[in-house]
Amino acid sequence: MSTRRTPVSPLTPRRSPLLTGLMLLFLVYTLVPLVWLILSATKTQADLFSSPGLWFGDHFAFFSNIKETLTYRDGIYLRWLANTLLYVVVGAGGATLLATAAGYGLAKYRFPGRRVVFAVVLGAVAVPGTALAVPTFLMFSNMGLTNTVWAIIIPSLISPFGLYLMWVYAADAVPQELLEAARIDGAGEIRIFFSVALRLLAPGIVTVLLFAVVSTWNNYFLPLIMLSEPKLYPLTVGLTQWSGQATGANAQPVYNLVVTGSLLTIVPLVIVFILLQRFWQSGLSAGSVKQ
Amino acid sequence: MLITSGRRARRLALAVAALTAASVLAGCGSSDDGGGGAAGEASAADLDAALKEGGTITYWTWTPSAEAQVAAFEDQYPNVDVKLVNAGTGNDHYAKLQNAIKAGSGGPDVAQIEYQALPQFALPGDLVDLGQYGLEDYAADYTPSTWAAVHAGEGLYGLPQDSGPMAMFYNKDVFDKLGIDVPTTWDDYVAAARTIKEKDPSSCITNDSGDPGFTTSMIWQAGGQPFQTDGDQVTIDLQDPGTLKWTGVWNQLVEDKLVCTIPGWTEEWFKALGDGTIASIGLGAWAPGVFEQSVPDGAGKWRVAPMPTYDGQPATAENGGSTESVLKQSQNPALAAAFVRWLNHDEGIEPFLESGGFPATVADLEDPAFVDKKLDYFGGQEVNQVLTDAANHVVSGWQYLPYELYANTIYGDTVGKSYQNQSDLNQGLLSWQDALAEYGNQQGFKVN
Amino acid sequence: MAQVVAQLASRKAVRRTARRTARPPAHGRRWRSRSDTKGWIFVGPFLVVFALAFLAPIAYAAYLSLFREQAFFGTREFVGLDNYVDVFTDNKFWDGALRVLLFFVVQVPIMLGLALVAALAIDSARLYASNFFRLIIFLPYAVPGVVAVLMWGFMYGTNFGLAADVNELLGTSIAPLNKSWMLASIANIVTWEFVGYNMLIFYSALRTVPGDLYEAAAIDGAGALRTVLSIKIPALRGAIAIATIFSIIGTFQLFNEPNILRTLEPNVITTYYTPNLYAYNLSFGGQQYNYSATVAIVMGLLTMVIAYVVQLRGSREAM
Repeated sequence: MSTRRTPVSPLTPRRSPLLTGLMLLFLVYTLVPLVWLILSATKTQADLFSSPGLWFGDHFAFFSNIKETLTYRDGIYLRWLANTLLYVVVGAGGATLLATAAGYGLAKYRFPGRRVVFAVVLGAVAVPGTALAVPTFLMFSNMGLTNTVWAIIIPSLISPFGLYLMWVYAADAVPQELLEAARIDGAGEIRIFFSVALRLLAPGIVTVLLFAVVSTWNNYFLPLIMLSEPKLYPLTVGLTQWSGQATGANAQPVYNLVVTGSLLTIVPLVIVFILLQRFWQSGLSAGSVKQ
Repeated sequence: MLITSGRRARRLALAVAALTAASVLAGCGSSDDGGGGAAGEASAADLDAALKEGGTITYWTWTPSAEAQVAAFEDQYPNVDVKLVNAGTGNDHYAKLQNAIKAGSGGPDVAQIEYQALPQFALPGDLVDLGQYGLEDYAADYTPSTWAAVHAGEGLYGLPQDSGPMAMFYNKDVFDKLGIDVPTTWDDYVAAARTIKEKDPSSCITNDSGDPGFTTSMIWQAGGQPFQTDGDQVTIDLQDPGTLKWTGVWNQLVEDKLVCTIPGWTEEWFKALGDGTIASIGLGAWAPGVFEQSVPDGAGKWRVAPMPTYDGQPATAENGGSTESVLKQSQNPALAAAFVRWLNHDEGIEPFLESGGFPATVADLEDPAFVDKKLDYFGGQEVNQVLTDAANHVVSGWQYLPYELYANTIYGDTVGKSYQNQSDLNQGLLSWQDALAEYGNQQGFKVN
Repeated sequence: MAQVVAQLASRKAVRRTARRTARPPAHGRRWRSRSDTKGWIFVGPFLVVFALAFLAPIAYAAYLSLFREQAFFGTREFVGLDNYVDVFTDNKFWDGALRVLLFFVVQVPIMLGLALVAALAIDSARLYASNFFRLIIFLPYAVPGVVAVLMWGFMYGTNFGLAADVNELLGTSIAPLNKSWMLASIANIVTWEFVGYNMLIFYSALRTVPGDLYEAAAIDGAGALRTVLSIKIPALRGAIAIATIFSIIGTFQLFNEPNILRTLEPNVITTYYTPNLYAYNLSFGGQQYNYSATVAIVMGLLTMVIAYVVQLRGSREAM
């Protein structure tokens, strides 16, 4: 893992049990609620309300919970999962693309007004979204976009963090000389972007993608407002609906499915994290050594 | 960060602004009160005609029995296609409904609406008056309290789906262990509360952390009529004789710390019901199902008794229950109304009862098969005897506010404070009253 | 993530330590404008979607904030800046605003501090299984909100939950969800959720510091602590600045966590507990869309001001 360090003793320090111990404490802090989540996913609905939180219940129902989660109400969970994947792939993917292009544009082209762009983006993001929900809904409704996948995807295409990252990364990773050379050769701007710049920007792109994926995966509020057709729900909204079944008259609680369903949604994110991590690791160090 | 001027910059800025303006204008041209709807005279015959002709309607609801009901309906009327949508529970559902109404489209034909929320949708004119289809003729088929609940102003806006007359659910094991008789008056109840606290400080007679539905039902039971609406005149008096009767009793429980304060419908609440911490609780007639589903540890220990009253004579209030209404923006109101009629008056009631619902129809409430049903969870007690009796003793004359949903949201800010400080409920109620009056006046009502 | 930012900052750090003479900034030079304005081709798509998804609703909200509408009788009247005057004299608004300000001043430094320490620890190669740590610390960010009510309801439960057990163990009687502890409990949830996220930002920034820098420092005889203070921390300046700005925006928009706990304690979490919660309840609870829009815009402006102030102090190097 530490490949960049040469074998000189101050640079290859001994592993410290003390430091590891302190970090372990931190790890426990992080894990306790997650342990609750995993244990709760092994319990039946009845056990959830009658057994201690940080230990198993009377029945071990992990696999039957998983099975039931995936088949409850004709397997709507799988539909919600597919929806979430669609929103994430198109939304996060699109966000990365837009942020990369825009960041590149801001970094490599000195056109007037470019600093204002970022200030405006930050300013708009600073306005709390909850109060904008109804105006956005009315707008989208007039354009016929409510209750469609576009109502979810379009807002998730904007990643201000991604924009900033790519701006700074592009400024540094793509040498102006290379662009000038390509221009002299007669290549058009768009061609230059796709054939020259993108390769150099790769590690930054992967980072932006990772964070965009995680934030669109957990997108909840706007889908809740925009969608009234359960077949279009992402997992977050669908699970909330299941959660609401436990309250009031004619209650049919399925908390065990809510918990199991939530646990299952973390799995793809972990996979994405592990995969992207390896890719971006190597790209980073390689890109930074050049001076 | 200075803007360096340049023609091209200005041009793009203009383009972005134009696009923004275009979208804003698109958004601005909005809500008129939705079209659709048969103009002119209509009648019950129209409903039958609509059923025969068929069509498609959308139905938003969160009742668990809806799937079975829709399936049965489509079997009976193959020409009609009902699109069943669960748009969320309670406030989520209402938020989407409000948005769709404001936007003028995107809403369902038929929507489930709880009794407390009905005036909020009916009075601004967003629901279809079902009186025009002759449904007023069904008055005698429903209990008086639910029939009153589906009216708002001058119109009829739905048919009652279920009812929730309140009863006292109590843990017999705990009562027996602590030597407590089932109280029939509120004074007895307070005395029992003190006994329980003395003998077992970790338990309590009941749980109340402040709940607007419970508070309004209690005031209702005491004969209070704090909310009166007449056109755009609204009277709010949360210190009227009925209210004061209730606070007279309930202040003792709150200020003397005789109640548990676990927030309702949470994991801790279910557990406390199961392990005997909460000895009794006043809930609507739909509660047996909740116990069976969510309080497994309490099986066999709980029983049902009539609510304690102020003078020992039977009296209770409704707590919960809903109707289905037809939205004005529906493209096929006659078919939608026909569906509502089927759902809550005709064959739709059976699947509803099968899934554990508590009826609002007099016939079903008097049906011996229903009344004499023994429930294992309640030690074999024929709980419906108590509950149907309660349905017949609901105090009359209650009205909800035209903005009851809003009132419920700010309850925690106002009355909730009294609960939090365990102090005089009247102060909290007055504070609630002030906030409600201010809101009402802002929204164009003339309050008090 | 802000590896990028840090990359730039670290380069400058290198230059600073290696060469004393400052170079004149590149900004002042003028490039030929022919190809420069083509930059709009790349920024364009982003801006178009941005205009649709953000600027238009904000413009509409600003428009709404100049009116007053009645939810039940449909009248709408132009009131100019009256709504804004109302917001500035609204106790509920200031109650919430001051609360998030307090939250920001206390929670953000703690959270970023923890993230920093964790990143430094993982980067130091002194840990066993650092890959594992990195993944686990990031996990809380991935947990969906719907399960948070159940989860934290359990953690903070004083009857059957973890808090009950802890109280029994330590003989205390802390009620995490009562009025005095509520804000701290929310701070705990937010910290738990976002430490991993911020740690990753810092860690990526650290990973871009070139190896030769560490060699040079070792040759000069610098110990571990000195290395951290003179190389790693300066390399992180840009990342810290950007993480702070986004934390400011996140804190001032605090909504999810109080909303989750509102189910558990509606008496403590009032409808105006944070300004964002206030705007939400105005809109969805009371249908007071105009006033809600006003609150949102005022909050946006306040957030911008504070973010600007922070940026002035912190991140000139990063740009």
